[in-house]
Amino acid sequence: MHSSVVDFIYQNKDIYIKKWRSTLDELDLNIYHSSISNEIIEETKAEFIDLVFGTLYTGEGEVAARFRRFADRLIYYHIPLSEFIRSLQLLRRVIMHDLEEQSTKEQYDRYNVDLEDWLDENINKLVDEFSNARENTVNLQNTALKELSAPLIPVFDKICVMPLVGTVDTERAKQIMESLLDGIIQHRAQVVLIDITGVPVVDTMVAHHIIKASQAVQLVGAECILVGIRPEIAQTIVNLGIDLSKIITKSTLQKGVYTALQMTRREIITLDEQRSTEV
Amino acid sequence: MTTQSSVEIGTEWGIVSARQAGRELSKGLGFSSVDQARITTAISELARNIYLYTKNGVIGLEVVNDGHRQGIIITARDQGPGIENLRDVMVDGYSTSGGLGAGLPGVKRLMDEFDIQSNPGEGTLITTTKWLR
Ligand SMILES: Nc1ncnc2c1ncn2[C@@H]1O[C@H](COP(=O)(O)OP(=O)(O)O)[C@@H](O)[C@H]1O
Ligand SMILES: [Mg+2]
Repeated sequence: MHSSVVDFIYQNKDIYIKKWRSTLDELDLNIYHSSISNEIIEETKAEFIDLVFGTLYTGEGEVAARFRRFADRLIYYHIPLSEFIRSLQLLRRVIMHDLEEQSTKEQYDRYNVDLEDWLDENINKLVDEFSNARENTVNLQNTALKELSAPLIPVFDKICVMPLVGTVDTERAKQIMESLLDGIIQHRAQVVLIDITGVPVVDTMVAHHIIKASQAVQLVGAECILVGIRPEIAQTIVNLGIDLSKIITKSTLQKGVYTALQMTRREIITLDEQRSTEV
Repeated sequence: MTTQSSVEIGTEWGIVSARQAGRELSKGLGFSSVDQARITTAISELARNIYLYTKNGVIGLEVVNDGHRQGIIITARDQGPGIENLRDVMVDGYSTSGGLGAGLPGVKRLMDEFDIQSNPGEGTLITTTKWLR
């Protein structure tokens, strides 16, 4: 397609790799994460040079796979893409300069267009693969978060605990409700303890979801105990004027478990020494 | 008076970052943990109202000093539909979205000063202050 300029670059490949290498060395790839080791940075630069010059003589399929690997690498090490794009623009300047000296005006114009095509193609591939890889990462993280977001854990026969950690938004509120109702049926739970120790803010929306969840739990024949209301959260709930009187609340998970045992007509007893040594 | 920060509320993520900014600012000023929770909750209510009832808006946070004491001013500004009857929305339990309707009256109780201005069709501006004791 753009064979003329490709030939030119290919013939002078060693010179350009050397020149470009020195411009790459001036780039600051450590700006965001000073924790990346020099070794990794050097490897990444070498891979990038290989990648870009590789497009001159490698087949399409292999090139695509290489771009993908490179994008994964950038994301894995938190290396900014922008610096590499900037370096391609520097490379363009270096080549253009030589072309201007070594070719006729006519040739130069044609080379110029071809060179732009070649570099733009590289930049596009880089950006595409980078955003694909980013999107994949975000999707993976979302799935991981979803799995963590509303776990229902059976602790005793008929008693389950749902520890909530982190912000409750609309999506999560939905999962809490689903996980509660599914779990109650699956584990034949009679009491569920919702622990909000790890919820940073309890505003009227979160309170509303808790109230609705506890009503739904009652509708399927179980009871809900709200535990882990930190003192400052108790104050803000009072200020907001939210009425939690219809929900059983206990300050700690431990007290909640005792209440749950009482509600299911059981208790924890300490065996006296005589009997425990017999065992 | 200097604006410390402003956060665009376009998605639910905006609510979280506005809260985060409020938490850090109030902690830095030396507010007690209860007051930090009050300020953060007030921001959450105002930001959520912007998210629910308007297309977008901004939560602003400022540090004030009236000569005797320091405080934090939260502003919630939007160009949304505005509020027809300001008296209605300040009544506990009033909600047009099936919510608890405790947000605005709650913010007024959580904070020390509260002012709401709204013109139907033009938008709403809520300004509310908490003083450091
Ligand atoms: N920024 C706003 N723009 C327009 N309407 C609003 C805004 N904030 C609140 N409202 C109206 O005020 C009502 C009461 O708000 P609030 O006290 O926060 O309770 P809730 O959000 O639970 O309905 C809302 O239902 C809504 O109709
Ligand atoms: Mg509200």
